[in-house]
Amino acid sequence: MKKILCGLLFCAGNILAQGIQNGQVSGNFQSNSQIYFEDTDLGITADNLPSEVFLTNSFANIIYSTKNFSAGIRYEANQNALLGFDKRYNGEAITYRYAQFKKDGLDITVGNFYEQFGSGMILRAYEERNLGYDNAFDGVRLKYSPTKGVYLKSLVGRQRLYFDKAEGIVRGIDGEISLNETFTALAETKTQILLGASFVSKFQKDLDPIYILPENVASMAGRFTIYHGKWNVGAEYVYKYNDPSATNNFIYKEGQALLANLSYSQRGFGFSIAAKRIDNMSSNSDRNLKGQEVSVNYLPALTKQHAYTLATIYPYGTIANGEMGLQAELNYKVKKGSLIGGKYGMGLIANFSNAYSIHQAQIDAFTPINETGTLGYTSNFFKLGDEKYFQELSIELSRKINRKLKVIGTFINTHYNSTAIVGYDYHGMIKANIIVLETQYKIKSKHSIRAEFQHLSSQQHEGNWAMGLVEYTISPHYFFAIQNLYNYGNETKKIHYPNISAGYTKGTTRFALGYGKQRQGIFCVGGVCREVPKANGISLSITSSF
Amino acid sequence: MKRLLFTIILSATSLVCLAQDKASPFPSIDIKSIQGKLVNTDAFENGNQPIVVSFWATWCKPCAKELDAISEVYEEWQEETGVKVIAISIDDTRNAAKVAPYANGKDWPFEIYLDSNSDLKRALNVNAIPHTFLLNANKEIVWQHTSYFDGDEEELYKEILKL
Repeated sequence: MKKILCGLLFCAGNILAQGIQNGQVSGNFQSNSQIYFEDTDLGITADNLPSEVFLTNSFANIIYSTKNFSAGIRYEANQNALLGFDKRYNGEAITYRYAQFKKDGLDITVGNFYEQFGSGMILRAYEERNLGYDNAFDGVRLKYSPTKGVYLKSLVGRQRLYFDKAEGIVRGIDGEISLNETFTALAETKTQILLGASFVSKFQKDLDPIYILPENVASMAGRFTIYHGKWNVGAEYVYKYNDPSATNNFIYKEGQALLANLSYSQRGFGFSIAAKRIDNMSSNSDRNLKGQEVSVNYLPALTKQHAYTLATIYPYGTIANGEMGLQAELNYKVKKGSLIGGKYGMGLIANFSNAYSIHQAQIDAFTPINETGTLGYTSNFFKLGDEKYFQELSIELSRKINRKLKVIGTFINTHYNSTAIVGYDYHGMIKANIIVLETQYKIKSKHSIRAEFQHLSSQQHEGNWAMGLVEYTISPHYFFAIQNLYNYGNETKKIHYPNISAGYTKGTTRFALGYGKQRQGIFCVGGVCREVPKANGISLSITSSF
Repeated sequence: MKRLLFTIILSATSLVCLAQDKASPFPSIDIKSIQGKLVNTDAFENGNQPIVVSFWATWCKPCAKELDAISEVYEEWQEETGVKVIAISIDDTRNAAKVAPYANGKDWPFEIYLDSNSDLKRALNVNAIPHTFLLNANKEIVWQHTSYFDGDEEELYKEILKL
């Protein structure tokens, strides 16, 4: 008996090995740890200084894949979760597991998955681990391409909410057709057209004692992209049926979103302009949750995403209940050998963006705007509201002076309606001018030094800021950086944010050790950019992949 | 019992050996061209010459530095090794429409694709950008590196020359 069993196992092992031998195992690992110090300036006081003193967030992904099959898991351990992360992230679990296979043009995923329909304004499941954002679906997704250039997707699932799942169920289908690939007659035409449409529905039981809430909420979207030579034009429109929720104060108004883009580009020159209108478009798979918690869709902020520290102090975030905005960007490379371009050419990036409230009017003479349980308000689609939310102009010039020296200069003028965007009640419209000068100097082969000088001037909120950063890198392994932000214009607290850091990179493994204070925001030091929460103390970050 | 254990261990080790023996093939994932068309990574092609795949985004300064640096020496690299550089932007909808004008404005001579919802980034286990992969003639990943310091492109070139 034993012998038979042995034989069987041996065979099974070999068969398994045969089936598996073309497969690959890959994965990654990240661990961010922090030892916290009390810091009243940052609001980290004895009351909320973590008793653990040391907090750490870690995860690892392991993926097994062959030609037509892949399966993976993610294990997360937050013991306990870093400050800035929701406490419901404390603990450890396998938070993500999936299996996916492709057969005869059908692509099937069961378990967890991320997905985006069109621009994502109707549906997007996404993760940004370093911000604690993860609204992955747990369910089933099918993708099918019946003929060349036609792509169909369908899904059903519930979304991740910390170590739990949202109550609501989301169902969706999406179709896209690339006309030029589908119809041979159009294959050679210069104009290329893509069309797409989506339908998404979410279900959540109505247990409300007062209102009759819609248990099924449908939304639909249509989109197109036309590409003609150097021109590209596209738009997407989304309509959502009434969806009373905590975000919109439980009004029964429909939601709408429109995003349109136009761009022109050729080597050395690029221009783009985009416009959007968003009206009551927040969508969460639990109507009682707000913001990014189990959000079904993504409403992009149509403003420039900055990487310099002082430029990230006043970041715009889409106001999902309603906004209209524009963005234009020009990218240009002044040719080598010209007077301005010099020996290596000069880069120019100019960006302008703004956002306003949408027009709102009372539904009748007796009902105030946005009254719970009513249709909320009416809105003229093409009319701006009275309030300006945001406006920004930025210009960046970059030039290589010689083989060793590069210089980048940036100017930014921001108008930031802090009351509307983040609810800083007493600061209203914050106007700020930011200048940044960045230089990079190659000392010798593999050794470089980089310095940033930044200044923000403002009469409002926290007043003026200055910042200096020096970074020394030795390719391909080491970096050392020292920086300080100084809020010298703050009338109540003139805070310094000193920080030193060092790191070692080998292949895909990276260690970074830091000490000091950091503001919340995008942190670009040591050759990578990542989002970080505010903290004071010692931090250690280890990432690796294989 | 001992034999059973032995068999299991043997099978397990042979399995591990088999799985480890090969360079990793590049995953097959749908991304988008800058014209908005769906493209599968299986379509990456450089006639049996090496391919460099670099992840970047319009908001990532070190990424731009890396691609600028490669851009300056690209002609030379191509003449000597036939290498092709594919730059994959992980910009989401907020910036996706600006990717082509940005790359063109930078005068980058690379093939550009969009991985708007980070599907390829996830399949390749990329933690942070920039992250660069080198693929051999069989489109297997033979080398990869995360982050960019001034001069790292020389390290990459050494690896390309080894192929």
